[in-house]
Amino acid sequence: MDMKANKKKLGLKEKYAHMTRGLDWETTYQPKEKVFPQATFEGIKVHDWDKWEDPFRLTMDAYWKYQAEKERKLYAVLDAFAQNNGHLGLTDARYLSAVKLFLTGISPLEYVAHRGFAAAGRNFPGVGPRVACLMQSIDEVRHAQTQIHALSNYNKFYEGFHAGATHQIERVWYLSVPKSFFDDAFSAGPFEWMIAIGFSFEYVLTNLLFVPFMSGAAYNGDMATVTFGFSAQSDEARHMTLGLECIKFMLEQDPDNLPIVQKWIDKWAWRGIRVLSLVATMMDYMLPKRVMSWKEAWEIYFEQNGGALFNDLAKYGIKVPECITQCTVDKEHISHQIWLTLCTHGHAMALHTWLPNADEMDWLSAKYPNTFDKYYRPRFEKLQELADKGERFYANTLPMLCQVCQIPMLFTEPDDPTKICYRESEYQGEKYHTCSDGCKHIFDDEPEKYIQAWLPVHQVYMGNCWPEGTDPTVEGFNPLAKYLEWCHIEDGKDNCDYEGSSDQANFAAWRGVATQNV
Amino acid sequence: MAVKALYDYQFPALDTQDKFHGNQLLYVGWDDHFLFAAPLAFTVSPNAKFSELVGQTLTFAYGRHPDWAKIDFSKVVWLKSGKPFQPEMNKTLAEQGIKHKDALRLQTPGLNGNGTNF
Amino acid sequence: MSTVFIAFQTNEDTRPIVESILADNPGSVLDEQPAMVKINAEGSLVIKRESIEERIGRDFDLQELQINLITISGHLDEDDDTFTLSWKN
Repeated sequence: MDMKANKKKLGLKEKYAHMTRGLDWETTYQPKEKVFPQATFEGIKVHDWDKWEDPFRLTMDAYWKYQAEKERKLYAVLDAFAQNNGHLGLTDARYLSAVKLFLTGISPLEYVAHRGFAAAGRNFPGVGPRVACLMQSIDEVRHAQTQIHALSNYNKFYEGFHAGATHQIERVWYLSVPKSFFDDAFSAGPFEWMIAIGFSFEYVLTNLLFVPFMSGAAYNGDMATVTFGFSAQSDEARHMTLGLECIKFMLEQDPDNLPIVQKWIDKWAWRGIRVLSLVATMMDYMLPKRVMSWKEAWEIYFEQNGGALFNDLAKYGIKVPECITQCTVDKEHISHQIWLTLCTHGHAMALHTWLPNADEMDWLSAKYPNTFDKYYRPRFEKLQELADKGERFYANTLPMLCQVCQIPMLFTEPDDPTKICYRESEYQGEKYHTCSDGCKHIFDDEPEKYIQAWLPVHQVYMGNCWPEGTDPTVEGFNPLAKYLEWCHIEDGKDNCDYEGSSDQANFAAWRGVATQNV
Repeated sequence: MAVKALYDYQFPALDTQDKFHGNQLLYVGWDDHFLFAAPLAFTVSPNAKFSELVGQTLTFAYGRHPDWAKIDFSKVVWLKSGKPFQPEMNKTLAEQGIKHKDALRLQTPGLNGNGTNF
Repeated sequence: MSTVFIAFQTNEDTRPIVESILADNPGSVLDEQPAMVKINAEGSLVIKRESIEERIGRDFDLQELQINLITISGHLDEDDDTFTLSWKN
């Protein structure tokens, strides 16, 4: 039978209405508040869930169609990359430290985001956000998978890729920084989760993570990362839209929501900015060929773009978070402070570090005329001097950590970059230390939460970070070696300086083979 | 403010002193010496004398810096929780009220890595 | 007025899209970066289905933009014919 369809296809708006609102139902044998127990305890008041609209108006059928196309493109490139020894096209194998940081620090978060959005979707009584959260949840697990697939190609050739995506996130000291960020968000209610991840991370900050990172990967010949990055990033635009829609929705639903939302914006902007200080370091130090400085990226994507956003939100009464004043100072310091820290703790890292060479320091001087030569160049030169004498400096004692962001207390006072910023709180007779006014404020607001923080340094001292059966009382016990073993970091292969590493030697040898008939 | 939760939200602190096998945590930072990127965390016995803290624990951690050997400990400034603190070398940490998770700051005027703060 | 922007992967699919946007939005500025092309505009930016179809010679669904999209800034409003980004302040 030949059916002729004369009626025009449904328009986007109609289709969205049918495929979202039309699929919802009312509960019958249980009251709604028992089916959605997390909907109200955070204090957010919602009067009409139908006011929530996904501006992309994406429906499930279209979602599958476009996601499938993205996957086909991605895996075609990954095949080509593997078949053509794509890893030899890198500018330099030390670039892979940035990728290792990404795989160990970010990919596991994609998986947590998958779980978090699934939970948020389950807990929202409104069907609009439920559908959008479902799609984002599927996106996030796709990101985790594609990142692991793409980077597994490097695992065939280079050190340090073997345990990152699953094992190390729960053990390695600097990875507790991104992990605690997501744990903090996931252990909050669904609305705070949406501000933490949907708004602060995705809308305000994700541009600073993915855009320069992927451009950097492209610039450094890393076809695998560019491809998964862009494939993921094509979803991010939708996630950003969801985050922005969510915040508008809360603010429009009830004026009582404003102070709650403001508090969450203040908290999560600062939490996110602290996590991104690792990205700052990657941009300024870990890319052999640089795209732009962290300061430039910050100015474009945070100050200009975030400024536009906060101008727009002003009509609801939202104010720019107070911590931004500090960020304006910090943008000229943090990447240098963090890289100095990583370089002096490179023996306990699952990636290689290196001291910037003369050209790189000149680039940094040009990009940071106010700070680099004055504060940081002399420090790198001193470290180089020690390294030249065969005494590359690695700290022999664990650093003090911030109770909230879990970064070592390396940040300096807002008005004096030569003085460490110490902040202290007391709760139930116990002392807690934070790295900044921003982190102290977050601690003081919810101390019951942060007193439970799993701080790697303290855990090591408690004796919880050695392989099972380790006896720390035996003669010649080496706590660092046991800690590395527990983290699955291979001492002498995965850690320390890139100079002299097997990655460096192998890359040079394979490149040689690739260009000569040997 | 308190955590908003669906139930009475009470959990014990994770890092209480009883977890450290008879020792306590102590943080010490040395101002103007960024070779040590952040203040350091130590586990020490509350019964250790302050002189042992300086002579052993801190010397192990900081002694590789050439400034360390030049310090005249009769002229340094110590801060505890940001306030001036006068330690007594022959007393134990416990005897002079240095508690679990206290943060000490050592200031050594004139010594700053030859002007580099490093 | 605040700046809105949209960024795409640099490839053959996006070349006609970028051309359309630049033609339809006088004053918009092209910013080419490694593997990425970004278009900035003051206040608002409109992408028109018809303009893209004219250039590629086939039907185009604006949701196809998502395949090569990298990032956006501004409030989005999308229907069958236009994809609009704007800051309303």
